[in-house]
Amino acid sequence: MNNVYYGKLVFELSKPGRKGYSLPTNAFPEYALAELPTALRRERPTLLPEVDELTAVRHYTNMSNNNFGVDTGFYPLGSCTMKYNPKVNEEMAALPGFNIHPATPDCTAQGALRLYDEVQKTLAEISGLQRFTLNPYAGAHGELTGLMVIATYHRQRGDVARTKIIVPDSAHGTNPASAAVAGFQIVQVKSTPGGTVDMEDLKPLLGPDVAGMMMTNPNTLGIFETQIPDIARLVHECGGLMYYDGANLNPMLGVCRPGDMGFDVMHINLHKTFSTPHGGGGPGSGPVGVRAGLEHCLPNPQVVYNEEKGRFEQHCEAESLGSVSGFLGNFGIIVRAYAYLLSLGRENVPMAGRLSVLNANYIKECLRSHYKLPIDGLCKHEFVFDGLREEYGGDHHDPAHVTTLDVAKRLLDYGYHAPTIYFPLLFHEALMIEPTETESKQTLDAFIEVMKRIAEEAKADPQLLKTAPHNTPIRRLDDVKAVKEPKFTYKAL
Amino acid sequence: MAKVIEGLYYSESHEYVRVEGEYGYVGITDYAQSQLGNVVYVDMPEEDDEVTAGEEFGAVESVKAASDLFSPVSGTVVEVNSALEDEPELINQDAFENWIMKVRLSDSSELENLLDAEAYAKICE
Amino acid sequence: MFKYFPHTPDDIQAMLDVIGVSSLDDLYGEVPEELKLHRELQIPSEKSEMEVRRIIEGLAAENQRLVCFAGGGCYDHYTPSVVPYIAARSEFSTSYTPYQAEISQGTLQYIFEYQTMMADLTGMDISNASMYDGTTATAEAMLMCVAAAKKRNRVLISGTFQPNVLRVVETYAKFHGVDLVVVPATSEGVTDRAALQTLVEADNVAGVIVAQPNRYGIIEDFTGLAALCHAHKALLAINTVASALGVLKTPGEWGADIACGDAQSLGVPMGYGGPYIGYLCTTEALVRKMPGRLVGATTDADGRRAFVLTMQAREQHIRREKATSNICTAQGFMCLYVAAYLSLMGESGLREVNEQSYGAAHYLHARLLQTGMFAEVFPGQPFLNEFTLRYDGLPCELRARMAKAGYLAGICTEGMDNCLTFAATETRTREEIDAFVSLVSLKSC
Repeated sequence: MNNVYYGKLVFELSKPGRKGYSLPTNAFPEYALAELPTALRRERPTLLPEVDELTAVRHYTNMSNNNFGVDTGFYPLGSCTMKYNPKVNEEMAALPGFNIHPATPDCTAQGALRLYDEVQKTLAEISGLQRFTLNPYAGAHGELTGLMVIATYHRQRGDVARTKIIVPDSAHGTNPASAAVAGFQIVQVKSTPGGTVDMEDLKPLLGPDVAGMMMTNPNTLGIFETQIPDIARLVHECGGLMYYDGANLNPMLGVCRPGDMGFDVMHINLHKTFSTPHGGGGPGSGPVGVRAGLEHCLPNPQVVYNEEKGRFEQHCEAESLGSVSGFLGNFGIIVRAYAYLLSLGRENVPMAGRLSVLNANYIKECLRSHYKLPIDGLCKHEFVFDGLREEYGGDHHDPAHVTTLDVAKRLLDYGYHAPTIYFPLLFHEALMIEPTETESKQTLDAFIEVMKRIAEEAKADPQLLKTAPHNTPIRRLDDVKAVKEPKFTYKAL
Repeated sequence: MAKVIEGLYYSESHEYVRVEGEYGYVGITDYAQSQLGNVVYVDMPEEDDEVTAGEEFGAVESVKAASDLFSPVSGTVVEVNSALEDEPELINQDAFENWIMKVRLSDSSELENLLDAEAYAKICE
Repeated sequence: MFKYFPHTPDDIQAMLDVIGVSSLDDLYGEVPEELKLHRELQIPSEKSEMEVRRIIEGLAAENQRLVCFAGGGCYDHYTPSVVPYIAARSEFSTSYTPYQAEISQGTLQYIFEYQTMMADLTGMDISNASMYDGTTATAEAMLMCVAAAKKRNRVLISGTFQPNVLRVVETYAKFHGVDLVVVPATSEGVTDRAALQTLVEADNVAGVIVAQPNRYGIIEDFTGLAALCHAHKALLAINTVASALGVLKTPGEWGADIACGDAQSLGVPMGYGGPYIGYLCTTEALVRKMPGRLVGATTDADGRRAFVLTMQAREQHIRREKATSNICTAQGFMCLYVAAYLSLMGESGLREVNEQSYGAAHYLHARLLQTGMFAEVFPGQPFLNEFTLRYDGLPCELRARMAKAGYLAGICTEGMDNCLTFAATETRTREEIDAFVSLVSLKSC
């Protein structure tokens, strides 16, 4: 990462007459596009840039120097599981043999279909569920697909009165949003002061109109919901299904499986738990798994093994919820996850979960002297501080207090990505830290040291934090202006 | 300390209504704007929309939050404050002066269910 | 220890001591014993890097790479070598959603470039920072129509859409409770405008969605469609194959309110169906109804121009169930693919790609007709790089026979007996087409 800001846009490097491509001479000059009726053709030329190859390479390389990734440094972004993205995964996904057209006959894609099947089987065993689809493109897309599974299950039984999905107030924002897109009404269940689902608040919500309940376990505070068997029993007794938001699956790997906790449907974020790169906001992958008896609801196309023909096929199931993707999902991401699963194997998958929990608890114990820990006890892969402790300027009743945003921005000065801030919504100054298992004790110790130093700075010189960051390529941004004077294109600048 | 004005009616969800004859001017309170921070957008109803007491009629957005607006009264929207379209920050400058919608009240007895200034001020403490 | 885990036994012990537990298992002390697995996972054992390579290279080798004469939403275009080279920079790929703008300008800048390019290509005001793919982008366009209309719940979609897009949109509609009506195609292979007009005139339609080029490869004429929709307060959404936007009349020029589709055709590898990138563009008036991330320009504390995620109050992490969509992680990284591709190709490159694809497809069309084994289904209809013909035989048998010979012989046209939809792009040479056609003609082989 470069501390000199490279702020140019490619349009500003453009000069008419330059080009950055080469194509063979047109082999079909007898057919001219100009034959198309004028009414069907573009009137105005595009404003695409004209740059030579080296200009383009330098431009994007300079831009990358203004970016921070897991390969740059520690990235403790809570709820996002920013673990190391192994390089052999990239090599495998780029194999030319996988660059085939999705409508190629199944008999010419046996390797790809077999890989898909291997991954779905492996995820089923890791999750304790029966079968997975790998078609959903991201976690939220998986949630939507899983909720469609739940709706399909109820509709097929003729039980059309189940219009509600219960969601804890600590849930990821995607949970209620996905339920709304899937056509459900959302009922919120409160958390106890201890941060877990309030059973007394839950019970009156249960009834014949409940289609299901969405939970992540451990929850977004990093706390394992020990009452999960009771919750699952109550929801099942009222006729609903249990949905597991797999965003927090990492700490449970090989220890305790969602299927065994009583969940019926779940998604996994391959870009969190199974090491595929987050890519600045995708592409991810959100496979959805179901308990035995719900397999037929999964989206089409499904990959099945045809015993008679001795090969894999894409199959469209009549009872399926329908389709949620153009083809078989983000296949390239699935290849990466497969490489990761093969590399770790049964020996190391459970270790990933345990070490992620070790790392999180270690940071928590080392920093609670300086930051407010609202809920005591063991956490799983992540935990939440409620800002700085009062003695370090964190009293949020004081309008001039040093906020979580200030701490986050100061961390950037020290070469760290900030944790997730202001989520979950249960606390004023939430600071959510998830180190993942791929970080060493040295890395964590250095981070802890910096976090303590920042707390001391907050006490001694709050302005230093309030005006942070100071050492980054650019300074704090005016995000009010970005909304009030919206500019979304170069043309609008 | 957030400002509370005598003579207005308040809801627990931090809307106010200033009644003038058969009309009510509805907006968000000074406390609400101070909690939200810089208001960057107000999602307003349209003229002739019917609003119902306790139900949503729009939303206010700051950069990192959005808050639904619940109508304290029932009736028909006769005017919206179009100045807020271009200058939503007027709400931060004076929330009580810059109402959001003007409603022809359909049931003035609903006002009895709302809080007076003193009761509302207690909520904001 | 394993290569991705940096902990030494001493580290683990020291950390456990600080936490105050005696073993890694004790970190799960609160988890009820009956929920725990208590056995090894039944998955393959760990593999060395060489073994991983051997296994996955073996699977890749089981696939056959066919010379591609198929489209149907995925097109075999040329990707300049610079594109994957740039995309391999891990500062881009190993970052996440650019919440911390001060250390994410790289991501924010390429998304801003992508937004600019897609808005320009579609002729719209604004583009978001990507959707999953073209099918889900179209479904989101439908949801946007319904959200913008408030009191209307009916959306019309042309039956000339790619079947896989129709299936996804129908699925979203079924669960979201949208009254989706499929407008039939005429015998000329285009949207039945008379049927569409009757439906729109009922004044209960929130939006109309049409496809360009359509499932048969035909370039449809949307003259007057926007005026009809707007006269009846319906929005118009046009789905266009992104590469074709370089030469075809744009959704903006047709008067559309929403432009959506798949941008795989802009330099993204075929990759057995993904990752691709959906795009969604709209007018300034509808920006708050738009799903997905948006990057805007602003200034930093020193007054320098910089970029930031903006209008986040539309999104799920703030609005929860009232958000415009549940989408968060989309295909961000693929914006880099598209931005780099379009930077290199520019106006002239994109035009040349379309001209050569046009030439290749028309040559293939003429040659296939010359064999006498194919007949026109929609004679005289204009097409760009994809077309539909009726085959004198079983399409699936032809596809199987040609696959053995190393060619992907189009796609069986759903709902049309004995028809195949073929595509050819600038990557097909005259020699490949000649060889393909002569093998097709050898009916008996």
